[in-house]
Amino acid sequence: MLAVRTEEFIGKNAVETANPLVAYKKVSKAFGEVKVIRDLDFNVSPGEKVAIIGPSGSGKTTLIRLLMTLEEPTSGVIEINGEPLWHKEVKGKLVKADEKHLHKMRGQIGMVFQQFNLFPHMTVLRNCTEAPVNVLGMSRKEAEERAKAMLAKVGLENKLDSYPAQLSGGQQQRVAIARALVMRPKVMLFDEPTSALDPELVGEVLDVIREIAEEGEMAMILVTHEMEFAKDVADRIVFTDGGKIVEQGDPKEIFENPKSERLQSFLKRMRS
Amino acid sequence: MINTYIEMVPALLNGAKITIEVLVLSLIFTYIIAFIAGLGKLSKFRAIRVVCTIYIEIFRGTSLLVQLFWIYFVLPFFGIEFSALTAGVIAMSLCYGAYASEVVRGAILSIPKGQTEAAIALNMTPFQRMMKIIIPQAFKIMLPGFGNLSIELMKGTSLVSLITLGDLTYQSLTLRNTNVAHTTEIFVALLVIYFIIALPLIVLARWLERRASLGRV
Ligand SMILES: Nc1ncnc2c1ncn2[C@@H]1O[C@H](COP(=O)(O)OP(=O)(O)OP(=O)(O)O)[C@@H](O)[C@H]1O
Ligand SMILES: [Mg+2]
Repeated sequence: MLAVRTEEFIGKNAVETANPLVAYKKVSKAFGEVKVIRDLDFNVSPGEKVAIIGPSGSGKTTLIRLLMTLEEPTSGVIEINGEPLWHKEVKGKLVKADEKHLHKMRGQIGMVFQQFNLFPHMTVLRNCTEAPVNVLGMSRKEAEERAKAMLAKVGLENKLDSYPAQLSGGQQQRVAIARALVMRPKVMLFDEPTSALDPELVGEVLDVIREIAEEGEMAMILVTHEMEFAKDVADRIVFTDGGKIVEQGDPKEIFENPKSERLQSFLKRMRS
Repeated sequence: MINTYIEMVPALLNGAKITIEVLVLSLIFTYIIAFIAGLGKLSKFRAIRVVCTIYIEIFRGTSLLVQLFWIYFVLPFFGIEFSALTAGVIAMSLCYGAYASEVVRGAILSIPKGQTEAAIALNMTPFQRMMKIIIPQAFKIMLPGFGNLSIELMKGTSLVSLITLGDLTYQSLTLRNTNVAHTTEIFVALLVIYFIIALPLIVLARWLERRASLGRV
């Protein structure tokens, strides 16, 4: 029954999924003996916004860390625009990629972390210009202009010279979003971007993410426990459990008409 | 009487000059070695890690005096000969470099993993991650440890007198041989001069420690 659902879904979006931006092909990840991701097939189209929901420990974080090259798959292939991320083709065979290949591929991906991970020894502006200058080779002036524009977008144009420790959690996370946006990735990953925040600061961060999502172009994969937000922003909801995608589809369908028992009980738990 | 004292001054000053020379050179090489060995022990290449570990354990596990004797008295039998000053600086640097490398390594390991991951997410190269993100943060953590080791090193310099280097201690012992009656004065002078040399290091170390404990640096 689940397989049918997935088929149905792909059928509906056949045009978009023909040339996926991101494709997981039979990807597995184990930490020692523990299998965290199991034979996962998962595509994201250019510009698509996908929200990943699922119980704690179901592998959501691991799923996106594999794409950010922070975890290496145990087996399977991840492709970006048809090109393997973790592998390189040498004489028709896929071999493990070197740092140079990873560097080339990573430029298309950005990530916002649960714990912000701002660089504490740099000002807000410097946090946002360090990579453009050193990685993209921009001039400092050019990088600062771009960074200031992004910081304005997240509402922090007046905090350029502050250090991360002087900011609230919500402000720090907005800087982290600006820092990632400055690199203009094709796909942006969010790992529960609001779950380390005090409740009253969640809204400002969600608003920023929503605004970015509405701009369109950039694909997004959002791991979140904010169900209302996911329903609002996402084109598709993916429900993971036990390292597999158990059910996925249109947000309205997923929330109002969940098919699998596990999703039904998960949603019930989230609502209570 | 006064004359005897005045005659002693040039010898002591000469000794102090050599002590300071050994101290400054050893400090420089100690911290160069500390970074090489400390980073080497974190290398992703096993061979580099093994070499660094062997070096660190040998030089931390044996006494500085024995190392000095080896480098100055034993190596010549293998055709490797150094002046007393060079031998002293080499031994001191290798010995304290081994200790300081552990300070470097510990500080680097204490930087949260999230910092490296954020740098990866921004597509920085491993070298950029280390130079722009990790080391600037780790360096502040190393400073108090460096301050204390520098004082230790300063105290260790007196051992170079035992490989015939005319440092402050050596000069005092020589002076005493010809002026046994003035033993007390000579050793008071020795104490005071050592303390004067150490003073800037002590002040610096205290200051670094205070700043670190305030979490500012
Ligand atoms: N580096 C690691 N070493 C060992 N086990 C790990 C590691 N990272 C994750 N795991 C395990 O993998 C499983 C999935 O973890 P993951 O963080 O991907 O789940 P999650 O869905 O993001 O959970 P949460 O909602 O709590 O964030 C968990 O059981 C976790 O303990
Ligand atoms: Mg998680």
